[in-house]
Amino acid sequence: MVQRVLTIGYGNPGRLDDGLGPAMAEMLEALALPGVTVDADYQLTVEDAAAVAQHDAVVFMDAAVTGPEPFSFQRVVPDDRSAVTWSSHSLEPAMLMALARDLFGAGAEGFVLAVRGYEFDDFGERLCDRARDNLAAALQFLVPVLRDRRLGAVADASSARPAVPPV
Amino acid sequence: MEATNGYKRVSIDAVTRVEGHGKVTILLDEENRVRQARLHIIEFRGFERFVQGRPYWEVPVLVQRLCGICPVSHHLAAAKAMDRIVGGEDLTPPAEKLRRLMHYGQMLQSHALHFFHLCSPDLLFGFDADPAVRNIVGVARAHPELAKQGVLLRKYGQEIIRATAGKKVHGTGAIPGGVNRNLSLEERDAFLTEIDQISAWATAALQLARDYTLAHLDSLAEFGSFDSNHLSLVRADGAMDLYDGGLRAIDASGAILFDHLDNQRYLEQIAEDVRSWSYMKFPFIRDLGPEIGWYRVGPLARVNACDFIDTPEAEAARADFKATFGGPSNVTMAYHWARMIELLHAVEKIRALLHDPDLQGTDLVVSGQRRHETVGILEAPRGTLIHHYRVDDDDCVTMANLIVSTTNNNEAMNRAVQKVAEDHISGQPEVTEALLNHVEVAIRAYDPCLSCATHALGRMPLAVQLIGPTGEVLAQGTR
Repeated sequence: MVQRVLTIGYGNPGRLDDGLGPAMAEMLEALALPGVTVDADYQLTVEDAAAVAQHDAVVFMDAAVTGPEPFSFQRVVPDDRSAVTWSSHSLEPAMLMALARDLFGAGAEGFVLAVRGYEFDDFGERLCDRARDNLAAALQFLVPVLRDRRLGAVADASSARPAVPPV
Repeated sequence: MEATNGYKRVSIDAVTRVEGHGKVTILLDEENRVRQARLHIIEFRGFERFVQGRPYWEVPVLVQRLCGICPVSHHLAAAKAMDRIVGGEDLTPPAEKLRRLMHYGQMLQSHALHFFHLCSPDLLFGFDADPAVRNIVGVARAHPELAKQGVLLRKYGQEIIRATAGKKVHGTGAIPGGVNRNLSLEERDAFLTEIDQISAWATAALQLARDYTLAHLDSLAEFGSFDSNHLSLVRADGAMDLYDGGLRAIDASGAILFDHLDNQRYLEQIAEDVRSWSYMKFPFIRDLGPEIGWYRVGPLARVNACDFIDTPEAEAARADFKATFGGPSNVTMAYHWARMIELLHAVEKIRALLHDPDLQGTDLVVSGQRRHETVGILEAPRGTLIHHYRVDDDDCVTMANLIVSTTNNNEAMNRAVQKVAEDHISGQPEVTEALLNHVEVAIRAYDPCLSCATHALGRMPLAVQLIGPTGEVLAQGTR
């Protein structure tokens, strides 16, 4: 039974649409949903594994350079094959889940909410209009799913589709 | 990748386990001898323009957008600079100590991440080990307690940052002329309950780094090594000081090149060279020129340059380090040992500060004579970090120049790449993944942070290409 949910919005708000994750976290935090912990950071790092282990489910909220519009919502399972990356200063969600499992015995379910962005290659603390629309759609989708703790059911139902439309 | 004059070019398109974009190119001739090896770093100079026109008080927050790994270093360097803009460089004791606590927290978490999770796979499994094992999850499986200690050391540092700076993405603790919060007794007590465990882990990490270095010194001594100058801040009495002090440069033998240079006058001694093939500049000591005036920064340089460390356990470790090498160490792989000396120093400093009642002080901000130009320098985890600004009468930034730690190490990292390529790749019939990892090991010793925190899903694959004499791709891989 999912009771404690961790949401982590990550990205750089100074790099245009890369700030979608932290923006999502800021909006969720303002809602103060019961049983939902909200965190934000520039990127996922190893100590997030300890936080994952203290929750029943975790939602990784990031900007997506490519992929479905306005967003996708999918399960993520521990996968240490992603350990061979260009950097472990930052981690991918599947690798972080593997670390949480191996180091802290975490059994949390994992989900990725990837919000499609469009502008990444400059400095600027703003989201483009299309990214802002996608963010609104993602928030509209996620809030009732969090409230009702329907994360797994919704992700499984959406796995056959490229994207989950707003509900 | 182009073939040049019949040479082959080996390219590592994004160095693994460093931050941001990096690319190594190794140019081979027909006999697979290394003709040229370079580290290319994609640096976003546009950030300095981004800051221009913004009010000075926003800058300590804005500069954190430079880097998702060391935002606190940029936050504090900018705050130190803006202290002078408001005439508030003589901070109150609570303000300075709270900033130092934040800085030592940053040093702790950054050094812990590097040692336990970035370099330990190379040290524990060997440079030639299967990359499927030689990674952070491999460490977690084979050495779970060590991996867990690394996570919890870093978490402790991050919690100190959160308590002193605020939110991770919007840290606001340091403001021009001081800080905007103190440390509550409840927060202090929570940190104190864990400090003994943190100290024990830091001591063990130092022992591990020392023992590894000594056990492998014969092979490590030459690995990517060369004589160099070293640059760092030192306190007025010559002690290591990671937050403040004057600039000291020494040569490879330890002779002082300049000493106690006022931060505001750094341009009298530091200049930057530009090369057509690199986005990143090459700093050097002006009097010596770019050919021989380049230097190293970071843990190795700091441990070499200081006269002593003002915490007992780290000082004993420094004396041991110095006795081992008979003076300054120019061994690239000794960065790891030096880094763990600093890790322990940071823990000792944190412990002392937590017992200081000034952290609960309420006199947090000062101001004085307004200025229009300013320099803030501190020792970031990766080395000397310089922020230089001009601010107009409307309080807006008109000029910003940042020399980040990785830029200060640019020449040294290129020399390390060249040395390892010549020693380990030259003449080999096949350039294997293990051989390429040797190059990465040398780069990782410097813990470079490549000023790029964009990491959105779907970006930055690792591609390795081997290009033949006529330009054809002989081999390539992505990870």
